[in-house]
Amino acid sequence: MSKKRKKSRVKEKTVTLDILKPGDEATVDRLTSKCKMKDRLTSLGFCRGEKIVCVMLSPLGDPAAYLIRGTLIALRRSDARGVAVRF
Amino acid sequence: MRKSRKIYEKEVKITLAGAPNVGKSTVFNALTGMRQRTGNWTGKTVETAKGTFAKGGTKFTVTDLPGVYSLSASSAEEVAAKKYVEENRDDVTVIVCDASSLERSLTLALQIEKIAPRCAVFVNLCDEAKRSGIEVDTDELSRSLGVPVVAGAARHRRGIEELVEVCAELAEKGVSERESVAETPRELIARCDEICRRAVTIKNAERPRVPLADRIFTGRFTAFPVMAVLLALIFWITLRGANYPSEWLMSFFRTAERGLAALLDTLALPAAVISFVTEGVFRTSAWIVSVMLPPMAIFFPLFTLLEDFGYLPRVAFNLDRVCRSCGGCGKQALCMCEGLGCNAVGVTGCRIIASKRERLIAALTNSFIPCNGRFPALIALISILFLNDPSRGVFPALILTLAVALSVASSFASSFILSKTVFKGMPSSFALELPPYRRPKFGEVIVRSIFDRTVFVLGRALAVAAPAGAVIWLAANVEIGGVSCLVHASSFLDPVGKLLGLDGAIVLAFILGLPANEIILPLIVMIYLSGGALPETGNAASVANVFFDAGWTSTTVICTMILYLFHSPCSTTLLTIKKETGSVKYTLLAALLPTSFGVVLCAAVNAVCQLFN
Repeated sequence: MSKKRKKSRVKEKTVTLDILKPGDEATVDRLTSKCKMKDRLTSLGFCRGEKIVCVMLSPLGDPAAYLIRGTLIALRRSDARGVAVRF
Repeated sequence: MRKSRKIYEKEVKITLAGAPNVGKSTVFNALTGMRQRTGNWTGKTVETAKGTFAKGGTKFTVTDLPGVYSLSASSAEEVAAKKYVEENRDDVTVIVCDASSLERSLTLALQIEKIAPRCAVFVNLCDEAKRSGIEVDTDELSRSLGVPVVAGAARHRRGIEELVEVCAELAEKGVSERESVAETPRELIARCDEICRRAVTIKNAERPRVPLADRIFTGRFTAFPVMAVLLALIFWITLRGANYPSEWLMSFFRTAERGLAALLDTLALPAAVISFVTEGVFRTSAWIVSVMLPPMAIFFPLFTLLEDFGYLPRVAFNLDRVCRSCGGCGKQALCMCEGLGCNAVGVTGCRIIASKRERLIAALTNSFIPCNGRFPALIALISILFLNDPSRGVFPALILTLAVALSVASSFASSFILSKTVFKGMPSSFALELPPYRRPKFGEVIVRSIFDRTVFVLGRALAVAAPAGAVIWLAANVEIGGVSCLVHASSFLDPVGKLLGLDGAIVLAFILGLPANEIILPLIVMIYLSGGALPETGNAASVANVFFDAGWTSTTVICTMILYLFHSPCSTTLLTIKKETGSVKYTLLAALLPTSFGVVLCAAVNAVCQLFN
């Protein structure tokens, strides 16, 4: 009997950091960025369970500034998409 | 602390490590008394700095590592820092932390503890933390970490004495092999959080609100107007403030030149030699110093004040999107701002850009931005345009603004072109820290900037102006067939000049003015007057007559302005580019890029103007 494995049986919505609006809080779930950026983010404190707050947006909409572990870090939308979060 | 050739009883080596923006360089300066450039700007220290001081018969050598968040080797700085700590594990390693956000810096401390047995922690910026209601229990922290902890504020030299004592004690201690337990990043952070929970108390903990300053500096409707106003203000203060000192310096040097000539006369040197030294070398150097020094001495302190305050990262934050669409990153905007002061400084400033590709783009297009050396000439040219016009008023300022706007736009445009041709590639990843606003140390910044700049300009004047002055004198005074080389060259270049709406003399002046932008206008005057040296003074009114007598029209003024904005970087900048990029190929590209743009634009404008005549 061949079990046909569907890619995702139950559609789980992956929420990524870039959808946070100023004032929103979330918890970091995991990083899906490329190796180098992943290391960089990890060393900045982006680890599972860390609280992250979106503080403000750049006047042109991108990048956005996030408060994590007491540091205000600006990330581009494309890089923020590599951070999966939970509410 | 004076360095004397003493034989010291003991020598202690200290390594300073810590996250960016915790005040490591301030600690370094407080220890060594050196004037290392500090800036409230992540990535300011990109190389290790070394300094020494002595206390009680012991010589201390301090090495300041670049700021890193961890030793996980995710960036060039982290690799360098990790390597240094591993190679020097017997040194005393001090990890500097920010009391207001201990958790940020502590992970690094925990990592270093495993490698270097002799370490201590310095909790800096305690004064700021106290203001925010945050207190760190150093005893508890020391217990949890197992290393000595000193608290203080390096800015006010608090805790520095204690830190030195702790370092001296640690150096005496024997080294025991500590077994290191392997931890995953998450476990490390969990342990770090636990330690912070025990050691840090926060009174009135409230939700982080966006400080008013950030709402103004990065707000959707206020960010850009505020940026424009701040920049305009800096310009205005610089140009207004520099006028009087420039004139004063010129008259001072005029007197000095006469004195020098008299002195050389008493030595019975031939007239030609005296003229060569005084009117050639000395006068050219005097021109450069008088025109360049006052604006620079004002512009850079103002700029550094903004940097210390913490505003500059916000500029990179605001402009990142624009820069990215041109193939660069937000930090390029900052190098462009520095380029307004001096292109060579702007190119050096490109070091803060991590990606090599983006760094090259920023460095090679920096010269599109007009530097301080070009502003006096631009203003003189604009006022010539309006000399016979009674209704001057607001037009000159408007045209200057237009000129700067055009330069900025072309800088972005050339970045875009480079990113699509020579430096093709994907945009880099970008994580920029926005540090908290700090009150700049006004006195120290101003004094330090002025002296740094003065030394730089004087050094440059000597290195560049002296040979330039020699060449100019020779070209003006050596005659072939009864006519000076200068006149020969200018006639030769005349056809080219006419095509660009200029003439041979102007083109020649730009070529001879490669060493410094400041001498281009006086060179034009000199060639017209068939003089043997640069004119003694120059202001718009006196220059205007010479130009109009030589046949200048409005078209000539406009085309000269265009070429002034877009021509090869000065020799100092070219040498800096060569040093920073290590490539002759890129340096040539940096020279060709603005020049070709200027030549094409001049020819086009000239053609259009001819149509209307």
